[in-house]
Amino acid sequence: MKIKITTKELKSDFAKEVKERSGIDVKKCYQCGKCTAGCPVAYEMDYMPNQIIRFVQLGLKQEALTSRTIWLCASCITCTTRCPKEVKIAELMDVLREMALEEGVANPMEKDITTFHEAFLNSVKKHGRISECGMLMEFKRKRPKAALKSALQDLADGSQLMMKGKLSLTPHSIKGKESIKRIFEKLG
Amino acid sequence: MSEETKKTKIGYYPGCAITKCSTSEEYGTSVLGVSRVIGPELVEIDDWNCCGASSGHATNHKLSTALSVRNISLAEKDGYEEVLAPCPMCSQRLIVSQDDVENDEKLRKVVEDAIEMPISRNVKVSNYLEIIKNYSMDEIAEKKKKKPEGLKVASYYGCLLVRPPKILKFDDPENPKTMDEIVTAIGAEAVDWEFKTNCCGGGFTLSKPDIVIKLTHDILEGAIDAGANAIAVACPMCHANLDMRQQAIEKEYGRKFNLPIVYISELIGLALGLKPKDLGMDKHFIDTNSVIDTFSDI
Repeated sequence: MKIKITTKELKSDFAKEVKERSGIDVKKCYQCGKCTAGCPVAYEMDYMPNQIIRFVQLGLKQEALTSRTIWLCASCITCTTRCPKEVKIAELMDVLREMALEEGVANPMEKDITTFHEAFLNSVKKHGRISECGMLMEFKRKRPKAALKSALQDLADGSQLMMKGKLSLTPHSIKGKESIKRIFEKLG
Repeated sequence: MSEETKKTKIGYYPGCAITKCSTSEEYGTSVLGVSRVIGPELVEIDDWNCCGASSGHATNHKLSTALSVRNISLAEKDGYEEVLAPCPMCSQRLIVSQDDVENDEKLRKVVEDAIEMPISRNVKVSNYLEIIKNYSMDEIAEKKKKKPEGLKVASYYGCLLVRPPKILKFDDPENPKTMDEIVTAIGAEAVDWEFKTNCCGGGFTLSKPDIVIKLTHDILEGAIDAGANAIAVACPMCHANLDMRQQAIEKEYGRKFNLPIVYISELIGLALGLKPKDLGMDKHFIDTNSVIDTFSDI
């Protein structure tokens, strides 16, 4: 892998910004690669977890924030658990995802994942709890390709769930849903 | 609430996935069913909200923290000193968020302002295995009515019960034993296997089904190869991925598993003599009769 680094990146405040937002100090990482060795999703990633840390160390913000890796991280926290330097790698992925969304640079190849998160939180915002059906419908409406790919499976799953009484079509809202809305207004 | 009630009742935070008419309702049904026989008494926290789950923490830390912490404050308002969150996504989010506000005064203020309540410092959030281990092992031994014959169980913990270990402080993150102890206590055999804390793909079930299918396949194969005839879980996402997706996994890999995935609460319920239907065991995708049939009167 070849990536051009200029003094602009090396002098950037990216690592500092990450530390200020999350308390995670990437300087502690000595690139042993243990996070990557134990990552169950590494095989799908464009950059390995330890490379993402390296990007942050070197100020390569674009590379880190536009990577597919940050979205493919399943948050299993195996990396954080095993890191000999106690770098919170899974939590680093959280802050990088947040920054990627804020800057509008989330990798479009992982739109299924970002759209799922959106649909999930929209349901919480609306009802205070998850309406599985509502969330599913929003996701499928916004990602018709993904919906088509899994249509048969979903149809089979959906009808089994219905038969077993495990899929509610009507959402259940909590009494305090207005207070949940205010949380989203302040922090969403 | 009186001192007496405080001591005996535990606040119950079911979370969205295990309530009635949800995809993992049998987990909630069996947790409550078992608690009615052996305690501790569980009382639902009034007007709880979703913890935000992985979508919350993956995209907005402050929002995720506020959504989680609101429930802990509600629990304190209701007078509970301990809360059971049987879903490990929920228990992990609640505990990590509690830790985050404890160690970040600025975040604490932002969250208190958002939830319009003071943040409780005194509520302990527990997962289901912890509750059983701390309150119910003697009760299980005393009140069990049935015993399984030849039932070999692979205890599957997944990610969120044990990680991050420094904050959750529950069991060994690489080789946890609590569920195995419960499996043994009801008279089944806990098999030794390598996939106890591997990831099932969790929240990717809709957005990245291919990842889920690979990871769950490896787990199913590991359990079968270790000689298990069932996998026990304590997580609705692990269950959904291993149970609901099992036929798709079999098709993809050309290997028949037909391996029942049971909640640990269902196994405890069967040992206590509860009816399988009352535990929600008819709600699984993979038939559970091969597990139920191993149980007979002591």
